[in-house]
Amino acid sequence: MAKHRGRGIASINYPIGMNLGGDPSQALVHSNPSGKFTVSLSSIDLGQGMKSVTRQICAETLGVPVEDVYVDTADSDTGPHCMGSFASRGTHRVGNAVMAAAKEARGVMMEAAAEELEVNAADLDTDGRGNIHVKGAPHRSISTKDVAIAAQFKQGKTISGRGIFLVPLSEVNPETGEMSPATCYAHACLVAEVEVDDETGEVAMVRMDSAYELGRALNPRLVEQQLVGGAWMGISHALFETPEPYYPDPAHGPRDFVEYLMPGPGDICPHDIAVLERPAADGPFGAKGPGEMCANPVLPAVANAIFNAVGVRMDELPITPEKVLRAIKAQGGARPQARR
Amino acid sequence: MLELRKDIFADERDDNLKEIGKGTQRQDMLGHVTGTSTYFDDHKLQGMLHLKVLRSPHAHARLRRIDTMEAERSSGVRRIIRGADVPRNLNTLLSLINFGKDDEPSLAVDKVRYKGEPIVAIVADSPREAYEAMSKVRVDYEPLAAVFDVEEALKPGAPVVNEVYPKNTFIYHDVYDHQKLRFGDVERGFAEADHVLEQRYQMSPIEHAPTETNGSIAAPDTNGRYVVYTSTQALFFSLDTCAKILDVPSNTFHFIGGTVGGGFGGKVDTLTEPLAILGAMLTGRPVRYQLGREEEMQFGSPRGAERIYIKDGVMRDGRIVARKIRAYFDSGAYTRLSSYAVVKCVAHLPGPYTIPNVHGDVYCVFTNRTPATAMRGFGVTAMDFALECQMDKLAHLIGIDPMEFRILNAYRDGDMKAHRREAKNTALIECVQVAAEKAKWPLREEVKRMSSRKDGGGSRAAISPTPREPEPQRAVASQQRTTYDRAPPAPIHEPPPTAPPPPPRPQAPSPSHGATRFSSVFGTRRR
Repeated sequence: MAKHRGRGIASINYPIGMNLGGDPSQALVHSNPSGKFTVSLSSIDLGQGMKSVTRQICAETLGVPVEDVYVDTADSDTGPHCMGSFASRGTHRVGNAVMAAAKEARGVMMEAAAEELEVNAADLDTDGRGNIHVKGAPHRSISTKDVAIAAQFKQGKTISGRGIFLVPLSEVNPETGEMSPATCYAHACLVAEVEVDDETGEVAMVRMDSAYELGRALNPRLVEQQLVGGAWMGISHALFETPEPYYPDPAHGPRDFVEYLMPGPGDICPHDIAVLERPAADGPFGAKGPGEMCANPVLPAVANAIFNAVGVRMDELPITPEKVLRAIKAQGGARPQARR
Repeated sequence: MLELRKDIFADERDDNLKEIGKGTQRQDMLGHVTGTSTYFDDHKLQGMLHLKVLRSPHAHARLRRIDTMEAERSSGVRRIIRGADVPRNLNTLLSLINFGKDDEPSLAVDKVRYKGEPIVAIVADSPREAYEAMSKVRVDYEPLAAVFDVEEALKPGAPVVNEVYPKNTFIYHDVYDHQKLRFGDVERGFAEADHVLEQRYQMSPIEHAPTETNGSIAAPDTNGRYVVYTSTQALFFSLDTCAKILDVPSNTFHFIGGTVGGGFGGKVDTLTEPLAILGAMLTGRPVRYQLGREEEMQFGSPRGAERIYIKDGVMRDGRIVARKIRAYFDSGAYTRLSSYAVVKCVAHLPGPYTIPNVHGDVYCVFTNRTPATAMRGFGVTAMDFALECQMDKLAHLIGIDPMEFRILNAYRDGDMKAHRREAKNTALIECVQVAAEKAKWPLREEVKRMSSRKDGGGSRAAISPTPREPEPQRAVASQQRTTYDRAPPAPIHEPPPTAPPPPPRPQAPSPSHGATRFSSVFGTRRR
């Protein structure tokens, strides 16, 4: 009886946004008279950080500091329509809508600034720190706050913008399945190393190495949060979770977290991640979305690592100790494959 | 540990941005770490009542009689809601995008189709009084034969789970009991292949397990409106679903969401809002309806199970020449979102690889279990598990390094995908190369030099002749239309006729060149 180590890999891609499109999102952006901006959305932040990502997109597009933007979400009276937070669509769809709205608001802001500085709006630029200046002449400048005051109380202009993003709905051919499912795809490859106990059937995670291509990491800290958390969920799906342990027999369903198992702090492992950025043509600053796909490569990588460790193919999820032990017994003991 | 590989694809990016690319602290961080972010359940309203539902103990049963007389007299009970009280007691979530037929009641009427299906709702002063009244509801059940296995459900004579779909499958394009994918000629591919490998994969259901269970609070507002605090992931999706079920204009509702205590796809189904609002309408008081942990875990709708069969033809040099897939999505008793997951799954085939011949048949099957719904990786997670386990087996079978095998077959810019769209902006090869580097997994120099941006297209952009299959009789269009603006039904929009596939080529002779045939499906191995 022994513990055996093995490595397995998996590579995947993942479509961004609701399949077939047809899933619009809208955004409204407006400034108050002090030059502070509000983004109004009906979209939902699930904890993934959508408020923060759309805030950065808005600030970048307007050319103002991120502190001058606040994102208000999840109110059907004040936020315009959004299809919802699912299908890895928040960054791509809502981000694009916010970008469009911010672009329109920036246009008015620059016109108002041009009037105050008595120049052509095309000759102006933002410094990202709250000022608008004449290109090549930074001393001829005005703060966004003074522009907002002038627009509101002197010029009678609303520094605001509307944005919508819609990928038109695709047909699906009944005979061939021909369709346009998505406009861009994220990519990943993950290597999992496991240790399998051939006496108990238990699988312990040793480490993971991965590469994720996401178009653009708008906020690398939020990306890291998604990828680390998503990989945890992948481990959990691979080795622990199901509400029907004897599926398709519905018996013995867990009712709480004592019966429904998940990896605890002792079950996770080091995870070394590389992020690649190949911008999507229609993504906001090229961004795709790491939301859903980050869990997916872990499941098969773990199954393949188990094969490498003990020579059994685990084709049914979740890969519980009971299933591993039965498979090892059925083949007459562990058969470690070539180390790699 | 996260490393940004700015050196790769650098020529496609402008990295001189001010706010984008910075690890700025989240806007809502302070609220989260100080415990002041508000969730729906933080809205404790004066005079708030509590709603609980009585759930079926049977997986499949006729409801002969529901007697609520004693329960109505129970202490603290304000109202008992039955199916007949729900204005439109039949809905399907995707009617909002005109996909599928209404097939699910808010409260069961003649029949229950899964263990845990709601039958009556009890609105009481406290959760405890609601539970006490629940124990006094008398239901006379006539248990029926149930079906739990997707392939059993498709057999003739199987119990009919949901009468809206009497063959236990969702209907695609008003004709087919599955969604097809046809690209090239897989049979010809198998005939040419050096090895053919057929395998079966199974994923069990998975629970979203959010920290905060599904829930909502609905309260009468001024001027005949209702305010609804909810944990939904999709505010207008839930709002429009409620407007349909309760048969009122959508601006009757003011939905307020906000911080969600974990979604992962499990908070799209609008499980609690319609009954909470109906409770508020019937009592004139705020009503809270939140699932308990057992309800969330067993009856709140999981990621559905999938059974997947993959048959691949591969050459000795590592090229995959044919991939045939048959998959069954276990939708449970009602459609919810599984029908759409099937189409997304078909679009995902054959994975991120360029394979000249691909054939897919994916079914959405009804069984007597908790309806499945969306979850992170919707329609793709289980298929990726199956495809990538299969890739590992193929590499092992022909004795090629599994990393190199993936790079060799990876799709590249300009290739034709099986859903007949050109691959663009691909990056699988680079991901494999970087992951190998990180894991100190040796790759040959030649493989390290391969690129997603090189050597794609050309013959890899061609669509091989696809054999024609007999077309079934088209049934009468039966899809409904429910639009956001409640416009009258629009004519069903048929997809434009497509050019008929070219005639089939003469049948290739069956292989006789010592190909390995291995099949876990039929349990045979022959040479």
